[in-house]
Amino acid sequence: MPTGLSVVTRLRINKNNKKQLSKEEAYYVASQWKLMWWKFKKHKLAMVAVVVLGILYFGAIFADFLSPTLPNERFSDYKSAPPQIIRFYEKGEGFQRPFVYEIKREVDPKTFKRTYVVDKSKKYPVYFFGRGEPYKFLGLFETNIHLVTSEGPLFLLGTDELGRDVFTRILYGSRISLSIGLVGVVITFVLGMLLGGISGYIGGIVDTVIQRLIDLIVCIPTIPLWMALAAALPRNWPPLRMYISIVVITSLIGWTGLARVVRGKILSLREEDFATAARLAGASSMRIIIRHLLPSFASYIIVSLTLSIPNTILGETSLSFLGLGLQPPVVSWGVLLQDAQKLESVAHHPWLLLPILWVVVTVLMFNFLGDGLRDAADPYK
Amino acid sequence: MLSFVGRRILQIIPLLVAISIIVFVIIQLPPGDYLTTYIQQLEMTGTEVSEAQIQLLKNQYHLDKPLYQQYFYWITNILFRGNFGLSFIYNRPVSEVIGERMALTITISLMTLIFTWLVAVPIGIFSATHQYSVWDYFFTFLGFIGVSVPGFLIALVIVYAIFSKTGVAITGLFSPEYVTAPWGLPKILDMLKHVWLPIIIIGLSGTAGLIRTVRGMMLDELGKQYVITARAKGVPEKRLLFKYPIRVAVNPIISTIGWLLPSIISGESLVSIVLNIQTMGPVLMKALLSQDMYLAGSFLLITSTLTVIGTLISDILLAWLDPRIRFGGVAEET
Repeated sequence: MPTGLSVVTRLRINKNNKKQLSKEEAYYVASQWKLMWWKFKKHKLAMVAVVVLGILYFGAIFADFLSPTLPNERFSDYKSAPPQIIRFYEKGEGFQRPFVYEIKREVDPKTFKRTYVVDKSKKYPVYFFGRGEPYKFLGLFETNIHLVTSEGPLFLLGTDELGRDVFTRILYGSRISLSIGLVGVVITFVLGMLLGGISGYIGGIVDTVIQRLIDLIVCIPTIPLWMALAAALPRNWPPLRMYISIVVITSLIGWTGLARVVRGKILSLREEDFATAARLAGASSMRIIIRHLLPSFASYIIVSLTLSIPNTILGETSLSFLGLGLQPPVVSWGVLLQDAQKLESVAHHPWLLLPILWVVVTVLMFNFLGDGLRDAADPYK
Repeated sequence: MLSFVGRRILQIIPLLVAISIIVFVIIQLPPGDYLTTYIQQLEMTGTEVSEAQIQLLKNQYHLDKPLYQQYFYWITNILFRGNFGLSFIYNRPVSEVIGERMALTITISLMTLIFTWLVAVPIGIFSATHQYSVWDYFFTFLGFIGVSVPGFLIALVIVYAIFSKTGVAITGLFSPEYVTAPWGLPKILDMLKHVWLPIIIIGLSGTAGLIRTVRGMMLDELGKQYVITARAKGVPEKRLLFKYPIRVAVNPIISTIGWLLPSIISGESLVSIVLNIQTMGPVLMKALLSQDMYLAGSFLLITSTLTVIGTLISDILLAWLDPRIRFGGVAEET
């Protein structure tokens, strides 16, 4: 074996010659990203989070296909109905194709409370890939095939006061709530990188000014600030403009975290030998930042961004819940929870609280993901 | 030490000025002003408002003057006369409306802060010293839940759960008899009976974060040389813990008041809307929706100022604890 080459170079040659590397050798030649991926895979919770989030976003993209009806479709016969399950088994007749029973509204003579009683005499079959309300699939072509439909009361999570299917609304709501997190992250990323980078690299007066600005924003309590900004939006704006404004408002506070991280990293990396070497070699500031400094803390940026997504989602949910954010007929989880504000309606119709479950799971999963990424970002531990 | 304190106080004065300007701008952002809302309301009830009346109201509230002049009126009134203006909705001085509610807001926030410390620090220390045990995993899991689930949603679920089990609505801070009673010992005792729920809800996320921070710091310290030395010398474990690592770990806790306080106040606003507590949350909502500028603006200003002061106190405490900061050395920044 040629001994003039270093261990790593020899291992790389072996790799290129497709010789099988032992596990330890593979560890030495792996690139930074590969090491991070391996470390990430070890974090069980983070892997679970990836799967769950994948399911949630899949549900959001294909919401119109997956849901039984449309979010604003009212079933006046079934207002405030409790959740119905799809049944497969009927007593006396054995297993048959899935169906739902009819439910009839009854008023309790003593309390005047409306309850729904299952009427076993009438059955409605449940069709898979059946025809339901028409919609535009991914905005491309019109179709009316839904995953599950039925002519009967197929309300997997019940209905609200106006007779709208809660499950459908949650699925459609996930479109808005989940996408706000992603769009907000883009804004946070741009602002945070820009201001943090300038602050760290140029230093001096610019740095002080930007730092004071960040201190300023952090001092004002977040939710009152959001409330004040959201209250400034006129009620009658078109939904798209409202959506963008809410995203901007929630990201406006979020960028400070990223800017601080970026600034800290740049400050510490600026004096590193490799940066000095690049400067001496005549590289421009821009090239130094992008080519040399950036890859060193890219992982921290990813972690910070991932952890700011749930904050944006929570911000939108809180604002819409208070009535200051998105308004009906726009459907988001926060708007769905508006109905849950009244104690009596919640007490009698607890299924209206179910969007909370979606919010909690989403935020939890993003936190696990961020935690896994944070562990993975230190691959040399 | 004194020069450090003096420098820090000088630094926050421009900060406060900037905050007051920003708050003023934000409140003025919605188009129109209180008067347009008020006139709309009157017209909806059928009352005619004449031009002369409008002009009179405008003069009274300085609403016809340019913005920067309105700002100066507002600030000078606050600074020199302690007059926070008149609340349009309640038609009473803002200081009256805010007064009692602000006291309650501050009290609850402080109690939540103390609760957070009292719970998080021992749990964090315990978690660190018993790493990888069942309890450690349990508290880490609780920590995740606490950080992920937003306060007001927990409030909703808890209120519903208790309501459906017992038929009692836990909203509000007092039993019905005490709501309008004057402040006295029985009222305070009654409040203490009810206040534990809001405190737990508001403090949950802060507690979770603090547990993880304390645990992390303790784990770092426990791995250091001097701990091993002390153990080898035969220092009993408990005394060892208290004399050294805990003191070091407490450091970041003091400095975290800075971000803990604004998060508590903001969380408190939301939870108090859901639980219908007589603090500033619901009032702020109303004020913002009807553009009651003095009320909303004064509240934002006061809370921001309190936050800044809180940060200042925490900085001073930290400097007192850690001489490196006083002399401009490199302090641990997490």
